[in-house]
Amino acid sequence: MEENVVLTARGISMTFPGVKALDGVDLTLRKGEIHALMGENGAGKSTLIKCLTGINDFEAGEIRIDGIDGPVKNHSTRDAQNVGISTVYQEVNLCPNLSVAENLFIGREPLTKLHTIDRKSYNKRSQKIMDELGISVDVTQNLENYSLAIQQMVAIARAVDMECKVLILDEPTSSLDDDEVEKLFVLMRGLREKGVSILFVTHFLEQVYAVCDRITVLRNGGFVGEYPISELPRVKLVAAMMGKDLDDLAEIKKEQKDFSKEPMEISAKGLSHAGTVKPFDLDIHKGEVVGIGGLLGSGRSELARCIYGADKAQTGTLEVNGKQVKINQPIDAMNKGMGMLPDDRKAEGIIADLSVRENIILALQAKRGMFRQLSRAQQEEIADRYIELVQIKTASKETLIKQLSGGNQQKVILARWLATDPDFLILDEPTRGIDIGTKSEIQKLIVKLAGEGKSVLFISSEIEEMLRTCNRMVIMRDGQKVGELDHELSQESVMKAIAGGEA
Amino acid sequence: MKTWNKIKSWPLFLPVVALILVMAVNIIYDAATGSNPLSFFMISLRNTTTSGTILYGRIIDIINRGSEVAILAIGMTLVVSASAGTDISVGSVMSLCASFMCMMLAGYGVSSTTTLAVPLGIGLLCAIVMGLVCGAFNGTLVAHLSIQPMVATLILYSAARAIGLLLCNDLIVYVRNPSFAYIGAFTGPVPTPIIITAVCIIVVSLVLKKTALGMYIQSVGINAKASRIAGLNSRLLIFLAYMLCGLFAAIAGIVASSRITSADSNNIGLYLEMDAILSVALGGNSLGGGKFNLAGSIIGAYTIQAITTTLYALGVSSIQAPVFKAVIVILIVVIEAPPFKAFLRKQSAARAAAKGVRA
Amino acid sequence: MSKKADSKKSINSNTMLLLITIALFIVLYAGGCIAYGSKGFTHFQTFLNILITNAGLICVACGMTCVMLTGGIDISVGALIAMDCMLLAVGMQKGIGAVPMIILVLLIGIVFGIFQGFLVGYLEIQPFIVSMAGMFFCRGMTAVICTDQVSITQEISPTFYAWANAKVIVPFGGYTNNKGKYMAPYVRPGVVVALIVLIAIFLILRYTKFGRSLYAVGGSESSAAMMGLNVKLIKMKAYMLSSFLCSIGGICYCLNTMAGSVSQATGLEMDAISSAVIGGTLLTGGVGNVIGSFFGVLINGTISSIVKTNGKLASSWPNILTAALLFIFIVIQSLFAVLRSRQTGKR
Repeated sequence: MEENVVLTARGISMTFPGVKALDGVDLTLRKGEIHALMGENGAGKSTLIKCLTGINDFEAGEIRIDGIDGPVKNHSTRDAQNVGISTVYQEVNLCPNLSVAENLFIGREPLTKLHTIDRKSYNKRSQKIMDELGISVDVTQNLENYSLAIQQMVAIARAVDMECKVLILDEPTSSLDDDEVEKLFVLMRGLREKGVSILFVTHFLEQVYAVCDRITVLRNGGFVGEYPISELPRVKLVAAMMGKDLDDLAEIKKEQKDFSKEPMEISAKGLSHAGTVKPFDLDIHKGEVVGIGGLLGSGRSELARCIYGADKAQTGTLEVNGKQVKINQPIDAMNKGMGMLPDDRKAEGIIADLSVRENIILALQAKRGMFRQLSRAQQEEIADRYIELVQIKTASKETLIKQLSGGNQQKVILARWLATDPDFLILDEPTRGIDIGTKSEIQKLIVKLAGEGKSVLFISSEIEEMLRTCNRMVIMRDGQKVGELDHELSQESVMKAIAGGEA
Repeated sequence: MKTWNKIKSWPLFLPVVALILVMAVNIIYDAATGSNPLSFFMISLRNTTTSGTILYGRIIDIINRGSEVAILAIGMTLVVSASAGTDISVGSVMSLCASFMCMMLAGYGVSSTTTLAVPLGIGLLCAIVMGLVCGAFNGTLVAHLSIQPMVATLILYSAARAIGLLLCNDLIVYVRNPSFAYIGAFTGPVPTPIIITAVCIIVVSLVLKKTALGMYIQSVGINAKASRIAGLNSRLLIFLAYMLCGLFAAIAGIVASSRITSADSNNIGLYLEMDAILSVALGGNSLGGGKFNLAGSIIGAYTIQAITTTLYALGVSSIQAPVFKAVIVILIVVIEAPPFKAFLRKQSAARAAAKGVRA
Repeated sequence: MSKKADSKKSINSNTMLLLITIALFIVLYAGGCIAYGSKGFTHFQTFLNILITNAGLICVACGMTCVMLTGGIDISVGALIAMDCMLLAVGMQKGIGAVPMIILVLLIGIVFGIFQGFLVGYLEIQPFIVSMAGMFFCRGMTAVICTDQVSITQEISPTFYAWANAKVIVPFGGYTNNKGKYMAPYVRPGVVVALIVLIAIFLILRYTKFGRSLYAVGGSESSAAMMGLNVKLIKMKAYMLSSFLCSIGGICYCLNTMAGSVSQATGLEMDAISSAVIGGTLLTGGVGNVIGSFFGVLINGTISSIVKTNGKLASSWPNILTAALLFIFIVIQSLFAVLRSRQTGKR
C-alpha cells in the first residue's frame, strides 16, 4: 500500500436490477485530506458510499484499509465503524426522543462496575465535546427540541468522537445556512489537522473549492478520474461530471419587460400562517416570473405553501384574476388554476409505487373529480405527450416512478402540473439535487411557460438560477417579506437584501 | 424459466396457488378415505323439508359460509390500501350491528320473538347506520387524528362487542321470523348470502372501474402528503375507506345474524377480523398499503373458508383450527417478506455461480 | 436561552401524561372510596386485592411496554397465558412437579418470543400480523393440549396449591373488624413476583444498554441502525422479553385461577395495551416507562373493582370503560403530538 493512504477501493462494481450502478470505480483516500466525491445524480456517489459503509453489498472489486491485512468487506454500518469509517448523512440519523448526550454515546456508553450505563460520566463528556466544537446545547435535553442544523452538528460530533480514520459526509450542508456551513468547515479543517481523511459529497461547487484537497469524479456509475483541486478548475470539473461542455446556461436570460400594465394573476393581502410566515402582500402579473429569495427557514417555502393552501392561511385575503377566493386546501387552489411543485420530492411529490402515467395524470384527475374518470386511452395519450414534451427518460409509461432517477422524477411532477394547464405555477426548489443538464432544461421551461402567459413563483437556493429566470424577486427574512427587487437584479443586490442589516 | 417468472409475477398467483393447494388436499383426503376423489367439486340439487329444492355440495357450502369473510375482505382491502393499516374492529362491529338490529326487531329486553317490533327494513337500516357510525368513528381517529389504524380500531375491537351485549341486555336475542331468516337462507336453490356477496362485489368492482376511486385510494395509501398536494383530499379518502369498511361489516353482521336468527353478541364475527386480514394478505396485497387487488382478496377469502371447511372435514375441532391458520399466516407472510425473498435470491445466485464453476 | 425554555415545556408533555395517569388513578380510587366506602372499598386490603388480581397483568404490561417502546405490539400475550395455564394444569395433573413445569413454561415463553422476534426483527414482518398469528397459534394449541377445563387441586400439586394460598403479610395498614379482631393486610406471592419484575424492568430500561437501545429503536429505527445498533437483534430481544415476562405473568395468573381452560385470559392483550397507553407509552414507540404502565394496570383494576363492588352493573361495563379511557388517552397523545410538531415548526 502506498504511503499515507488510509483507504483504497479498486474496481468496485455493483448492479441493481436492470442498472449497472457502479462499474469498476476506484477511490483513494490519504491521511489528513478532504476529498470531494463529485458526480451528477445517478453517477453512483451514494451507491459507492453505501458500499464503503456496508449498506450495499458490492459484487466485484476490493476495499483495503490501512492497518488491516487483506480486503475488507463491511456488512453493516457497525462493521464499518469498527474499521474506522463513520458517516454523516444528509438526513439527520439520530434519535429525536433521546437526549443529545445519549445520541452521542448510544451503542458505546461508558459502563459502571455493575455494567449499567454511567449517565453522569457521559453527560459530562458530551458537554465537553459540544463545548469544544462551539455548539451551545444542554446535552441532557432531548434532541427533538433543537433545530435541524444543531441536530446535524450533533451527528457530526458523534462521528468525530468515534475516533474514525475516515469520515464520510454525504451532503451534510444541504440543510444548513451559510454561517453553519462555515462552522462545519472550521470543524472539517480541524479534523484534517488531526489526520482524519474526510470524504465530502456536496452539490455546491463553491464548497468544494473552499475546503477540499482532491476530487474524485464519477459519471454514470463509472470512474472518470481523481484530480488535485489545483488542476481542476470549475469549468473542467463540470465538464468531467457531465461528460460534455456545459450547455451555456447564461443564454437563458429573460428580456426585461414592464409587467405593471399586465393584468394581475395573483394578489395576496396580509396572508399569514402562524409560526411560519408573518402577514405579507404579494402581487404577481400574468406572464411574470417572480422569485423568492431568502435563506432556508426564512419562510420562502411557507409563503408559497400559504398561497397554495398546502398550509392554510390563517389571516388575509387572496385574489386570483381579480376575484377574491377562499382556499382551504390544495384542490381549491388547483381549481383556481394553480399548481405547486413542492420542495421535498420524495415526501410530497412522487407517488412512488404508481406508474409514470398515473403520476402524470393524478393532478388532472383530481381536478376533474372522482366520478369523471379519464379513460385509459386519454391517460395514455396525456402521458405520452408529456413524456415527449419534458423529455422524461423512462423505459415505458408504465414504469414505476420510483425506478426513475431523481431528475426524471422531478420532470414527471412537472409534467403532472403542466397537464393541468395551470395559469399560476409554484416551483419550490425544482432543481435541487438534480443534475446540471436537467437543471438548465427546467430553467428553460420556466422561461418558456412565462412566454406563454403563465405566471410562475420560483424558489431556489441558487441565486444565479433565479437571476437568470426571474423578472422580479421577493426577499424573505425570518418569516417576513422584507423587500422586492425588480430592476438591477444582480447577485450582489440580492445577497445584500437577503443578508439584511443595511438599515 | 421465463414463462415461470411471468406466471409468478401474475398478481393472482399467490391466492390461486393457495386455492389449488387446498383443493388438492381435499382430493387426496377423499381418495385416501375411499370416497370419490372429486366429491369436493360435486354439486347437486337436493330436496329438503325446510327450504325446498336447494343446491348442495362442498363448494356451495364453502362459497356460502365464506360470504361474511368475502364481504369483510372488500372493506378490509380498501382500508389496508388507503391507510397502510388494518381495521381489527370488523368482527366486533359485525356483532354490534347484529345486536342493534335484533334489539330493534325484537324490542329492548325481549329475548325471543317471532313477530317483528319494527319493519324489517328499519332493522336492516339500523344495522347499516350503526356500521357506518362505527366506520366513521374509526375513520375520524385514523384520518383526522392520525392515530395508527390498528390502535384506533383497537378501541372498537374491545368496546363494540360489549356495547352490543349492553344493547341486548346481556341476552341472546332470538328473532325467529321467516322474513328475517330469509337473508341467511335460500333464494330459490341458491343460498341468499351468496347473492348478497355477489351484489356487493359487483357494485364495488363497478365503482372501482367507472370512477377514479381506486387510483385515489392507492395514491393516498402510497403517499398521503403528496396526494394532498396533487389535489386529493387524503383525509376524506381514508375516512371514506373506513366508512365503507364499517358498511361491509354491517352487511356481514346482518348475514351472520340472520343465519342463526339471533344476535349472539359473544360469538358473531368472533375472529373474523383475522380471516378478513388474512384474505387480504393471501390475495397478494401488501399489508403496507398502496396498491391493491380486490379479486385477490375475494379469492383469498374463499380460500380461507375452504381451509376452515377442510380442517373441519379432517376432524380438527373449531377451537383447534386456529393453530393451522396461524401456521398458514406465518408461511404466507414469510414467503412474502422482502428479507426472505432476498435470501432466496442469494441462494439461487450462489447455486448458479456454483454451477458455472463446475461447467 | 429561549431554546432551553422551549425544551422544558415539551419534556413536560411526556411527564404530563404520566401525571395525568396518576391523578386519574387517585380520582378513580377516591371516587370508589366515596361511593362504596360502606362496602369496604376504603380498606387497604381492597387496594391489595387489586394488586393480587392483576399480578399477572402487571408482568404482561411490563413486557408489552418494552415491545411498544420499539414501536411494535404483541397481541399474543392473552393466548400465551391461556397456553401457559393449560400446560401447568395438565402437566401437574400428569404428575410432573410444579417446579419443572414452571421452568418448562418459562422456556416455552422464551422460545416462543424468540420465534416471534425473529419474524419481526429479521424478516421484517409487521408485529401486529406476527403476534396475531402467535395468538391464534397459542389459543389453538391450548385446545390441542386439552379442550376441557382442568383444575389444579391440592391433590394434584400440593406445592402449587400452597403457593397459591400463601399470604405475604403487609406490616402496616390493617384494621380491626367489628368483632375486635385485627385483620392484617396481605398479598399473594404473585404480587411479590410482579413487583420484582416491575422494578427490574424499570432499572433495565433506565440503566442498561439494552434498555436505552429499545428507546433508540423506537425513536428512529434507521438512525439506530446507522448508529451501529443491531436493530434486528434488539427487536428480537424485546419480543423475547415480552413473551418471557408474559410467561411469568401466566404463572401468577394461574396462581389466581388454579385452572387451565381454552377461553382463559381472552382480551388480556387489550388490557395490557390499554394499561401501557394509559400509562403514557406512545404507540409510535420511543416514549414511555413501566411505572406509567403500572398505574395503567391499577386504573383498569380499579374500574373492574368498582363495577364488581357495585354488583348491579352489566359485566360488559369494564370493557367499555377501559376502551373509553383508551380512546381518551389516545386522543390526548395525538393532541400532544400535534402541539409538539407546531412548537418545533415541523410540518
